[in-house]
Amino acid sequence: MSGSASSVFFGLSTIAYILAMVLYIGYLAFRKNQVGVVATTVTVAGFISQTLAILLRWKEFYEVGQMGWLRAVPLTNLYESLVFFVWCLILAYLVIEFRYKNRSFGAFITPVAGLVLAFIDISGMSKDIQPLVPALQSNWLLAHVMMSFIAYSMFAVSFSTGLMYLIVKTDNRNQPAYLFWTIMLGIFAIVLCAMGLDYLTFKVAVKSQEELIKGYLFKASFRNSSSAIALLSFAASAAIIFVIWRFGGVLKKIITSLNISAETLDEITYKSIAMGFPIFTLGGLIFGAIWADQAWGKYWTWDPKETWSLITWFFYAFYLHSRLMRGWKGKRVAMVAVLGFVAVIFTYLGVNLLLSGLHSYGSQ
Amino acid sequence: MEKGKNKSVIDLLWDLFASVKLAVVIFSLISVTSMVGTVLEQNAEPEKNIRVLIKMFGVGHETAHSIYGILDSLGFMNMYHSWWFITFLLLFAANLIICSLDRLPRIWKLVREHIRPLSQEHIEKMSIRRSVSVKNKPSGIKEDVSSSISKIGFKPAESSSGNSFQFYAEKGNFTRLGVYITHLSILVILAGAIIGLKFGFNGFLNLPEGQISPVAYKDRGSEVPLGFEVRCDNFDVEYYGESDMPKAYRSWLTVLDGGKEVLKKVISVNNPLTYKGITFYQASFGPVRENMKGGILVLRLVSSDGKSTQINTNIGGNFSMPGSSAEARVTNFSPALSFDQSGRPFTYDANLVNPAAYIEFSNLGGKPYSGWILKRYPQTWRLPDGSSVEFLDYWGVEYTGLQVRKDPGVLIVYLGCILMATGLYITFFMSHKRLWVNVTEEKGAAKILIGASANRNRAAFERDIEKLAGLLGEGHKGGK
Ligand code: HEM
Repeated sequence: MSGSASSVFFGLSTIAYILAMVLYIGYLAFRKNQVGVVATTVTVAGFISQTLAILLRWKEFYEVGQMGWLRAVPLTNLYESLVFFVWCLILAYLVIEFRYKNRSFGAFITPVAGLVLAFIDISGMSKDIQPLVPALQSNWLLAHVMMSFIAYSMFAVSFSTGLMYLIVKTDNRNQPAYLFWTIMLGIFAIVLCAMGLDYLTFKVAVKSQEELIKGYLFKASFRNSSSAIALLSFAASAAIIFVIWRFGGVLKKIITSLNISAETLDEITYKSIAMGFPIFTLGGLIFGAIWADQAWGKYWTWDPKETWSLITWFFYAFYLHSRLMRGWKGKRVAMVAVLGFVAVIFTYLGVNLLLSGLHSYGSQ
Repeated sequence: MEKGKNKSVIDLLWDLFASVKLAVVIFSLISVTSMVGTVLEQNAEPEKNIRVLIKMFGVGHETAHSIYGILDSLGFMNMYHSWWFITFLLLFAANLIICSLDRLPRIWKLVREHIRPLSQEHIEKMSIRRSVSVKNKPSGIKEDVSSSISKIGFKPAESSSGNSFQFYAEKGNFTRLGVYITHLSILVILAGAIIGLKFGFNGFLNLPEGQISPVAYKDRGSEVPLGFEVRCDNFDVEYYGESDMPKAYRSWLTVLDGGKEVLKKVISVNNPLTYKGITFYQASFGPVRENMKGGILVLRLVSSDGKSTQINTNIGGNFSMPGSSAEARVTNFSPALSFDQSGRPFTYDANLVNPAAYIEFSNLGGKPYSGWILKRYPQTWRLPDGSSVEFLDYWGVEYTGLQVRKDPGVLIVYLGCILMATGLYITFFMSHKRLWVNVTEEKGAAKILIGASANRNRAAFERDIEKLAGLLGEGHKGGK
């Protein structure tokens, strides 16, 4: 089923976002307005194509599942939800571009979109339409998953603006906030590289794609059977972080040249959390609890997914309250916003990929 | 909160619990310990978590065993119910209550206090301001100003002195309470959860088809009387196409109270039954192993000329085909039948996934005939002489797994959820807006000065004020 019309449009949107990324970066480098206009056009085209793809998949699912439009929302597995996440993120970005009349964020947002879509392809996760198990046949599912992802994309925006704020606001390499963002950015880069290596080597090593995600993560680097390679990976990671730390000033120069004030960055961070928090509370926690209550008779069971949603919620409550504390405005608050998104990623991917691997008997 | 030596312990405690600092400390404590709780599998067999520890730290079995012992004695293996985690939650609640009480009087004053006219100097210092000049006498535009303010949705009050006058208006003072509604809702949810734990129960009941039960069972096996009886009349699974993936499963339940049938309902996942505060959820199903061959086979027999009868039989049972002299006998049964490459039948699952009965016929148009009849495959129902045997059900060999719950607190929890959604909406999407429009005479023209403030979403209010300035006339923008 993956050769259907919807996957053609998905492919087009992936290409468009990657192209847009190149264009936005080109726009930043050369500051040619025409380049910016083309970048926006390409992004909008990618967005339309992706919208069509999602609608088509919805229709396909409806025809396969035979149980009503609302139950056929294409939001039932990792693949579909990541695609929806990208869609929300691009939408949020386009809104910001038009509201703040500033294209510079594009160079930061489109790579995220491109990377997520590339991750989908690299990890080889199943793209098939899978019929719904009975527990998922609930109208709450639509509201729950959709709102969670809208909130996640708001949090993703706050993560990038929070990080940019920190980059702009720090000079001294020994400042805690400077160390914080260089390590954060370093870890992101390292994890992406390590997953890329897993992909390059896994085809020879393991057969099933499920295994890649669950059991093979970091086996090409940190968890390699050869301790020399594992050590080398740690050394390389340290080197990556060092380079970012040493040359972080370059990033600051780039961002300051964007004509975005630190205050605007802080405002966008706050606004996206102020939008994301209520949506996450209602859709992620409350609707999730109602659904669990209907399906299993327990609105809260402290299972890892629920618990991590709660932890995420606490992080953002922490963010909202830390702004109220004396001396916490600015950098410290931005660090909390960045950490909040780490919790989001863990809630979404870590629980499925890491914790379930830890708890299963199969691997090792 | 001035610091002083002459404060009593109670005052100090009050200050501690009224602080947002403590709140973020508690946020962190709950988050970090919860993380540990998701890494260690809760309420699991010790061996499982010992494996987790071995994987995590790369230590030997012995060491993992001792780490496990320490963590277990600290309550980490059932940590969300440990005394210290509950203490965190209680501290959290106390923090929330005292913090809210501490600030409420001040906020209440802000809510109750009505807007008053302001001096021109004050208005000039407002965060949002515009000024407009109109070639008219102030008295000539009074009506106009008042109606323009109404047009952007405010009811203005008026104060005038001599030649100049001022309109002022506000909206949404109550939105300042949004935060408190949010905080209160957390307490309501916690209260609902406690009521549920104290006065409710969580249990299960594996009820075989045809059986009746006056009790449910708690996790450790103790019985909980229901106060009435529940019977499973039938259970059925529907699969996706010809796969073994369940599409839906349903139980036909009957509630008997005082021996009388009072309620019948077909329940399925996401569609439970409630009677007298106790709710039955379709959770699972399975075979009654010891009775697998003792069920009742429900068949519909259709003769070649269309006569149809429905019969119940069992394995080893005999029946005759309607409208003919054919005799049949059920000789074998499989809950999940499949055929291997050489065509030999075998059972691939203990569950009733693909039930099949082997039936031998005699006198069926001369030749003896026998074969597997599968419930899921109508093509196996047809017999050589044109008659058919439909496999409708194999009854009495499956149980329905019911989650049984009584939770008088759940409505309170839902109420808390509604409060929380309302509170957050008010907090983040509404604001307390105030505006003042001062009109004075200046060089024969009316000088209109608008000042406004909003405690949130200032940009949106600024657009309204922009509109108001536009309505009041062609003017130049002031200040900013
Ligand atoms: C997880 C639980 C909590 C949630 C979801 C929550 C939610 C909120 C929200 C949404 C705000 C508004 C923030 C803003 O204006 O940006 C707020 C403000 C506030 N919260 Fe909480 N809160 C929680 C726990 C607490 C606790 C335990 C305290 C105890 C100290 C507290 C004290 C405050 C205070 C003092 C304010 C500022 C109120 C004002 O502006 O007048 N909160 N809270």
